[in-house]
Amino acid sequence: MSASSAFSDDKAGSASEPEYGHDPASGGIFSSDYKRHDDLKEMLDSNKDSLKLEAMKRIVAMIARGKNTSDLFPAVVKNVACKNIEVKKLVYVYLVRYAEEQQDLALLSISTFQRGLKDPNQLIRASALRVLSSIRVTIIVPIMMLAIKEAASDMSPYVRKTAAHAIPKLHSLDPEQKDQLIEVIEKLLADKTTLVAGSVVMAFEEVCPDRIDLIHKNYRKLCNLLIDVEEWGQVVIINMLTRYARTQFLNPNINESLLEDSSEKAFYASDDEEDEDKKAEAAALVKRKPYVMDPDHRLLLRNTKPLLQSRNAAVVMAVAQLYFHLAPKAEVGIIAKALVRLMRSHSEVQYVVLQNVATMTIKRRGMFEPYLKSFYIRSTDPTQIKILKLEVLTNLANETNISTILREFQTYIKSMDKDFVAASIQAIGRCATNIGEVRDTCLNGLVQLLSNRDELVVAESVVVIKKLLQMQPEQHSDIIKHMAKLIDNIQVPMARASILWLIGEYCEHVPKIAPDVLRKMAKTFTNEEDIVKLQIINLAAKLYLTNSKQTKLLTQYVLNLAKYDQNYDIRDRARFIRQLIVPTDKSGALSKYAKKLFLALKPAPVLESPFKDRDHFQLGSLSHLLNAKAGGYQELPEWPESAPDPSVRNVEIPDWSKCTSRKDRKEKKLDKPFYSDSEGDSGPTESADSESDSGSGSESASASDESGSGSESEESGEETESEKEEEDEEKEKKRKKRLDKTKAKKPAEESAESEQSSGTEDRKRGRKAVKNQKSSSESESESESSESEDESEEESEEESESDTNIRKKKTPVSKQPPKQSKKESKKETQEMSLLDLDDFEPTPTSAPVTPVNFLSSSLVSDLEGLSLTDTILAPTTIAPSGSIKMYELLHRITGEGLAVEYCFSRQPFSPDPNMVAVQIQFTNNTNSETKNLHIEEPRLQSGMRIREFAEIEVLAAGESVTVVMGIDFCDSTQAANFQLCTHTRKFFVSIQPPVGELMTPVFLTENDFKKEQGKLMGMNEISEKLTLGEKCVNEHVIVERVTATANLSRVPCGSDKECRFAGKTVSSGCLVLVTVTTKEGGRAQLTVNCEKMVIGTMLVKDIMQALSQ
Amino acid sequence: MIHSVFLISNAGDLFLEKHWKSVISRSICDYFFEAREKAVEPDNVPPVIRTPHHYLINIYREKIFFVSVIQTEVPPLFVIEFLHRVAETFQDYFGECSETTIKDNVVIVYELLEEMLDNGFPLATESNILKELIRPPTILRSMVNTITGSSNVGETLPTGQLSTIPWRRAGVKYTNNEAYFDVVEEIDAILDKSGTTVFAEIQGVIDACVKLSGMPDLTLSFMNPRLLDDVSFHPCVRYKRWESERVISFIPPDGNFQLMSYHISAQNLVAIPVYVKQNISFFETGSSGRLDITVGPKQTMGKTLECLVVTVHMPKVVLSANLSATQGTYNYDPVTKILVWDIGKLNPQKLPNLKGSLSLQSGAPKPEENPSLNIDLKIQQLAISGLKVNRLDVYGEKYKPFKGVKYVSKAGKFQVRT
Repeated sequence: MSASSAFSDDKAGSASEPEYGHDPASGGIFSSDYKRHDDLKEMLDSNKDSLKLEAMKRIVAMIARGKNTSDLFPAVVKNVACKNIEVKKLVYVYLVRYAEEQQDLALLSISTFQRGLKDPNQLIRASALRVLSSIRVTIIVPIMMLAIKEAASDMSPYVRKTAAHAIPKLHSLDPEQKDQLIEVIEKLLADKTTLVAGSVVMAFEEVCPDRIDLIHKNYRKLCNLLIDVEEWGQVVIINMLTRYARTQFLNPNINESLLEDSSEKAFYASDDEEDEDKKAEAAALVKRKPYVMDPDHRLLLRNTKPLLQSRNAAVVMAVAQLYFHLAPKAEVGIIAKALVRLMRSHSEVQYVVLQNVATMTIKRRGMFEPYLKSFYIRSTDPTQIKILKLEVLTNLANETNISTILREFQTYIKSMDKDFVAASIQAIGRCATNIGEVRDTCLNGLVQLLSNRDELVVAESVVVIKKLLQMQPEQHSDIIKHMAKLIDNIQVPMARASILWLIGEYCEHVPKIAPDVLRKMAKTFTNEEDIVKLQIINLAAKLYLTNSKQTKLLTQYVLNLAKYDQNYDIRDRARFIRQLIVPTDKSGALSKYAKKLFLALKPAPVLESPFKDRDHFQLGSLSHLLNAKAGGYQELPEWPESAPDPSVRNVEIPDWSKCTSRKDRKEKKLDKPFYSDSEGDSGPTESADSESDSGSGSESASASDESGSGSESEESGEETESEKEEEDEEKEKKRKKRLDKTKAKKPAEESAESEQSSGTEDRKRGRKAVKNQKSSSESESESESSESEDESEEESEEESESDTNIRKKKTPVSKQPPKQSKKESKKETQEMSLLDLDDFEPTPTSAPVTPVNFLSSSLVSDLEGLSLTDTILAPTTIAPSGSIKMYELLHRITGEGLAVEYCFSRQPFSPDPNMVAVQIQFTNNTNSETKNLHIEEPRLQSGMRIREFAEIEVLAAGESVTVVMGIDFCDSTQAANFQLCTHTRKFFVSIQPPVGELMTPVFLTENDFKKEQGKLMGMNEISEKLTLGEKCVNEHVIVERVTATANLSRVPCGSDKECRFAGKTVSSGCLVLVTVTTKEGGRAQLTVNCEKMVIGTMLVKDIMQALSQ
Repeated sequence: MIHSVFLISNAGDLFLEKHWKSVISRSICDYFFEAREKAVEPDNVPPVIRTPHHYLINIYREKIFFVSVIQTEVPPLFVIEFLHRVAETFQDYFGECSETTIKDNVVIVYELLEEMLDNGFPLATESNILKELIRPPTILRSMVNTITGSSNVGETLPTGQLSTIPWRRAGVKYTNNEAYFDVVEEIDAILDKSGTTVFAEIQGVIDACVKLSGMPDLTLSFMNPRLLDDVSFHPCVRYKRWESERVISFIPPDGNFQLMSYHISAQNLVAIPVYVKQNISFFETGSSGRLDITVGPKQTMGKTLECLVVTVHMPKVVLSANLSATQGTYNYDPVTKILVWDIGKLNPQKLPNLKGSLSLQSGAPKPEENPSLNIDLKIQQLAISGLKVNRLDVYGEKYKPFKGVKYVSKAGKFQVRT
């Protein structure tokens, strides 16, 4: 029977045989206790509730103390239908406790619960199900199954939650029911209420944690609900989603690890090889499929992040482990702060957190380095906490902070807590092995400790010194001598053994002392501990081999003593060594190699953290803490090589008006700040608050209503839910608004689109959309006017709220005329931009040799005000007028009169679109003709290609000629080297492109830009703060500077605080997105999104330089 | 998840057991007793103990060990956090969480445990819901109960569990609507021998006592919210508002609760309100020592230091102390080797001083290390970080509540190394 197996315990026995009584004190049934129970029975049989209650209270108190009251079962179970609610509750408590032992009698109560399951009150239904499912009687499995199935489709979410709780109970009672239970789980997983989510995931984890396929459809919903789920449910869901994400998404650090590898290689490579390495690295980067984070992966990271602020340590830890296992390297750092905060909590919490931090510090040291001091140890910390903190400090030690850490350690050594002192000394040893610079300092410090009065300290130091000396014994014979002297005083066996081993190992460094030590040891041999004896034998053997003249007799003596030792290990060792070293006529082949055997060079020990490699367990788990697999532990899967189909998480459209596709909608909204802007503006800002008020008010109201009629409650439940959802959205919008405050308007096509899409949404949304249609155009014009006001809004919200209210009342009237004109222009732009695109496409083919007359950027900025028409301009390449920089390829003097200059014309190179066009200008400064100018012997990095220009046959004296050649730089800034030949000479020249010239402009709408940018988050995004140069006073200059630095095109953007540029790399066509956001006081933020991180980094550097001049 | 919970007193008396699944014999606790014996100090019992078939996760609080039995993988913090929540609930119900109060209210405790977990998974841990299910005992009620025989169990069925804001019960009504906030900051610091700060940071909490009718929606804003480095909130606080606007917007639970806690890290400059001049030395001969401690104000922002207490954990060899204090009283406990000097209010004109000799166990070697000093103090009407509450707005209700904010700074883990 499964029940009894669940219940048999290693030491139990008594529980399954209740007849013999639980503990000796109760004395079994036949003692006086039995009599005492008689009066309880009487009380239970009486018809006074107060007596019954009193009796039940006494019984429950006995249960709590662990006394056996099973003999009262018949008397108690009668009262299961008692009217008094407290008696009833206590009877339930009793029933759940003893039903398993009195199965037949327990069945009497079942009908009461079955009745309860039909009760109109949801709370009674729930509690009936709860007790019913807690009665561990196998016979009622079918009844339970039925009840769970029914409850799973109950209209009250609370009953459904109880059903979810009941699933694991039934599963443990009868695992045969698994398949049916999984069906119920699947059904409940689709539930949209926060109340159920946590419980059902718990059931999922207990019953079928491997059925990951059940999660797909609910993944986005779970992510979005997460923040509103109760805290315990959050922990379970986050842990489950961590595992899920590991199976479904790609490793976000995959490129990083590659980079690391290659940089490591470069580190070891000699200078000559370096270039090739770089080339290989670049090539590898090119070859590697660019990593793009799945939006669902991003969703999970984004939605869990605020939970780092939870008051519940378990939730914080769960999020921390999720980030550690799933987030791109650059983002993991945020968890450090939260974990450090937990260190203030109870010591048990500290203990667990420190264990996890210790593991993390091995992998990601940098993360906790800023918090080094938070791990400093107080004398009042419990020892186990001290030792863990020490471990963390040791892991954090590096060249820069080692001196501070060592100073800390020095104070720790003086502590009164000797276990802690010993651990500190070991920590010093580990720092010394890891950081070569401080090895001598540490060694000296440790040697000083040898004169410490406390023997434990000395012993520990000896052990650590031994390990350190093993790394470089030659320089430290004086330390060995010093330690040899210590053998007279130290009593700790481990320390004595260590000293003896050291002397034996390095007896050549102390030839005079070693035999003397052996003499002393021979004298005390019989009184030594076993490990010391073994080392004495070793010492004797080694000395015999190196200095047999002096030690032969001593060795013989020691071996004889050992022969009669009580310990068989020692006897064996003695016998073995005697055969090996003492030459006899029968001695085997091995004895020839005795010296090699004993005095072989031993590798230095590696002092490693005990927390190394613990991260293969999921962090925060019990298994990780114990460093052993606990029962029921689910392995954290490795990242898949290629991402499984992400479409499995898509949810069918019919569902989408409800919560399930909330994410889709939200995403839409993220893409369209315009839409959300208008919405945020259209209603008074405080509506979020007031609405949530009314929402929550009606919630509780509806909750109490629910007890009355079921069908109604279903609806009201959903209503409150969607209301809440709206509230969320509204909040989101508000936040968005603030974020986007500087961004302002958007191309018109989008608003049109958003209006449409909102129109197709459900009833409620539809209503809203109508409102939007009305308000969007208003707010569009309004947001212009409100921009300046928006800024003041930040300080006191209330004020601004009333402001917007007032404004709202005014604006519709005053702004009527511009609204119409804009609506017209909207339509126009949409069409025109489409046309323009078509126009633009063919242009690359017609590549003029001379730089085209670029559109003056001042014009651009002039037109900026009419941001809606910006789209027309965008297709045209915007570059600063006439500011193309010429580079020198060959100086007049070195070229013996031939001067060669080149520039990047920024024209598409027609013969090969993957090449960068380089325009070369030859000037003949000599008095004679130069003939046959051509290129020879290009020396190129792998993958790079050159298309030479046609040979110039004659260049007359004093004349200039311009040609265009194409170079495929493979998106790297490696120089292209080649020879420039004339009819008389050859010149070695090289062309190195600035990173900005490796790209061509791309036309994107603001919408596309954001979408693309969204795909290039994480490590593909590089963001820097900078201070603008004095001359960068307005946007105009910024645009000029940026476009001068890089061949990018401006992306239309309504805000004057933000400039966006887009381009793609010439050779591989990766998108390069640049955003410059200006702030007050000449400060600005530069963001570059590019798959190719090398290019991104260089571009950031270049643009920064350009802007800060 | 959680199979069973045993409550064990510091003396090793197992006085309560509760099982949520099949019964597990109390003999499982032998493993715990073994570990307890090995640990010497109760603080040093490992929080997680492995037995052949189970895992024991325990916490030590108010001289009681809460030992839970786990059979399968579960995040240890989950269990630890839950056990602490149990202890806090007891405290909330009975005023204190001690062996005697638990024994006195064993039925209520049992009922509470029954409600808090279902099949080992937390069910209702919000004190608001629990109080609707099981009424906390009061003197008046227990008297009425004994006379009339009525019960502690709520007659009405709780509705809080059903709402999406489980922390607040419906239909709250007060005649006086009031909301009080206490900003309590603790300074954690380590000072070295010369008085320089090795490490200092501020841990703050905002405790709230909100007695407002209906469903008020509150917004609390600070003058200088950027000061707050790292915060954690009660679940009622809306994260998003904080992230975007740095205001705390919430529908409060009814009664007392901790609204938020925050952390101002070592990177910021932390004002140290007190300095200590100390000289503790032990002589090689004559088995005696000398002690001289003076405490003075440092950066107090013009406020008075109160409740000043200096605690010294003396080395084991110190037998007695013969000291004289210019202010306050001192007490040396020769058993625990703790010297406590209770100074009280600090008078900046006349700095308190404790001076005298210590007698050591004869023959024992002089202690290696000088004991470090732990300092306790309190400053009223001041948040040492400079945090200031700007305003509290109530939305959603008509009345004008009475609002109040109080600031207190205390020494947390404030240690002076010698």
